[in-house]
Amino acid sequence: MSQDDNEVRQAGVRRTVWRSVAALVGMFAFAWALVPLYDVFCRVTGINGQVDTTAQALVHDDVDESRMVTVQFITRNGSGLPWRLDVETRQVRLHPGQTSEVNFTFSNQSRSENWARAVPSVTPNTATRHVRKSSCFCFEEQLLQAGERVEMPLVFQLDRDLPPEVTTVTLVYTLYPVEGKTQKLQAGVKLDEGGEA
Amino acid sequence: MAPKVPPQPTLEQSTAAAEAGHGHAHEAPPKGIMRWLLTTNHKEIGTMYLIFSLIMFFIGGIFALVVRLELFQPGMQFVNPEFFNQMTTMHGLIMVFAAVMPAFTGLANWMIPLQIGAPDMALPRLNNFSFWLLPVAFGLLLSTLFMPGGGPNFGWTFYAPLSTTYAPPSTTFFILSLHIAGISSILGAINIIATILNMRAPGMRMMDMPLFVWTWLITSFLLIAVMPVLAGVITMMLMDINFGTSFFNAAGGGDPVLFQHLFWFFGHPEVYIMILPAFGIVSAIIPAFARKRLFGYASMVYATGAIAVLSFLVWGHHMFVVGMPLAAQLFFMYATMLIAVPTGVKIFNWVTTLFRGSISFEPPMLFALAFVVLFTIGGFSGLMLAIAPADFQYHDTYFVVAHFHYVLVPGAIFSIIAAVYFWLPKWTGHYPNVRLAQWHFWLSVISVNLTFFPMHFSGLAGMPRRIPDYALQFADFNMVSSIGAFMFGFSQLLFVAVIVMCVRGGQKAPAAAWGEFADDLEWSVPSPAPLHTFETPPTFKRPAH
Repeated sequence: MSQDDNEVRQAGVRRTVWRSVAALVGMFAFAWALVPLYDVFCRVTGINGQVDTTAQALVHDDVDESRMVTVQFITRNGSGLPWRLDVETRQVRLHPGQTSEVNFTFSNQSRSENWARAVPSVTPNTATRHVRKSSCFCFEEQLLQAGERVEMPLVFQLDRDLPPEVTTVTLVYTLYPVEGKTQKLQAGVKLDEGGEA
Repeated sequence: MAPKVPPQPTLEQSTAAAEAGHGHAHEAPPKGIMRWLLTTNHKEIGTMYLIFSLIMFFIGGIFALVVRLELFQPGMQFVNPEFFNQMTTMHGLIMVFAAVMPAFTGLANWMIPLQIGAPDMALPRLNNFSFWLLPVAFGLLLSTLFMPGGGPNFGWTFYAPLSTTYAPPSTTFFILSLHIAGISSILGAINIIATILNMRAPGMRMMDMPLFVWTWLITSFLLIAVMPVLAGVITMMLMDINFGTSFFNAAGGGDPVLFQHLFWFFGHPEVYIMILPAFGIVSAIIPAFARKRLFGYASMVYATGAIAVLSFLVWGHHMFVVGMPLAAQLFFMYATMLIAVPTGVKIFNWVTTLFRGSISFEPPMLFALAFVVLFTIGGFSGLMLAIAPADFQYHDTYFVVAHFHYVLVPGAIFSIIAAVYFWLPKWTGHYPNVRLAQWHFWLSVISVNLTFFPMHFSGLAGMPRRIPDYALQFADFNMVSSIGAFMFGFSQLLFVAVIVMCVRGGQKAPAAAWGEFADDLEWSVPSPAPLHTFETPPTFKRPAH
């Protein structure tokens, strides 16, 4: 092969390699970009039961009295946090558009103060965007002293656009410890730092 | 410059042939181990890849046999559940990343320069580096089995939080080894793309390339597209485990389902990475032994491209049960079924090539024909799994295990075996021992069906995957599977025997070892191929169709 051909070939190889490397870097960046994109996608569509955790204004137009919806409350404790989360009633029945207030009781059963957060989730997914909360303990992290009990309200409504096939909405609250604010609970249990939930 | 005796008889012949065949002398290769550490020759590196993957195939096979031994009868007999989990996980990881992928890369190294008339890969030193990363990666991975807490035990898909919050301490080593293996694959892919796009013999257009070259080109693009995503996912795991982030931890605002999305965005193209080169191999072998031109060359190329594009749109079919919205389930279901169209085109082309051909049943052809039939069975069970409502029943059962073993064992592995039998005459100058290869074929094809066919039934009846013990009603199916697995495992020793015998001697092969319908450029160089070939580029002559 002549010298010229060889140089052309080498230049071609270099060009291909740089393009491949650019594609690689792009795909690596894309993988990381998928993390916020996934979050945004889930929030916008309400998939995955992710609710808006900022307070929303309640709408006070007329209540849709033509139908009743059952709202169930489930509380769970994740990760071995020595807290209890209780709800005064397991379920309420209300009309779309009607505002309701339900009290939740947090109790710290340990001998030390802890920080924790209750992370909400809504089922079915199609109802997620129609749950409006004006006040919720889930908006922020809670600090409880040793043995302390605190009652906190959830004020919410289901808006009138709730799809007609939804007759039951389940709100799940899972308690998670907040790292950096609690001491490690058990040796070997890894706690994770709270970002903005 | 008397040739020293290198560890491989193959290369002794190659070196001798190279020195006889070329006027200008190459530098004498370093002696002993340094020769192998420093080689930049595509044939030597290809050989190392193939030997490495063969060793890993046996290691992964031993893990599989531990699993099958425990499952021979219900109840806990031989290993404890913790170790059982490590065996299923390591079997999957080793077979995917250390056996099938390097075997294809080894074949690419050996054959792509020969098939396109290039003197070597475009980046020979990088080639050496990509290979030597592999023993490091998998030495590290295997060493986790001896660490306190044991090796990876969360399945080869390493779903978070099993692989983060609840993982053994060795998981960080697992992540590192996967990073190294990923870098190796990426560098290999860059090298292959650079070679194919820039090093073709004068006159060879893209649409003149043999299909093995085409399928590997497309596979390389897939590798470049998805290996960085895998790297990203395992880096996130690493950060969740060691640096207190919460990518996959709901407590900190993350989401374990995100892990599955990211993993399968990598994972589904990955399964095509393991099968596209197989399509190329089978497309070379079937015309050679049917003594006809391949039917529908162009449609093969487009079908391969279509499969590659679709592979990015179907990851959700692995996660139908995570609680996806109906619209997403439907999208993934139909997109998945769409893949059956280009795949069907390929099967159709192979069958049409066989139609009215003058077929003979040499060992590579036996394996290629078994590939077509058994891979199709795996494809059909894949279609069943693609149906979202049916998948709710099949998910996480042995039906899934049966499906992906049908596409990987009589699919990818059979194609690799076929390729080895097909190209052994070119590598060693000798034909493989036909009688022994036939024994190898029949034992393999019988035992592979004995192993995996009953899994369809135990799966449909509800037997879950990755469980060391099972209900009594599955006992018979499992016993049959275990007997088949041991048969299959030991039959592969015949494969080693055939290779060793072929390296040492046997019926001499001419340059065009398989007749006039195996006429790609590799068959124009002497058998065995000299160490250095095509230093002056050949002029490519388009075969008359």
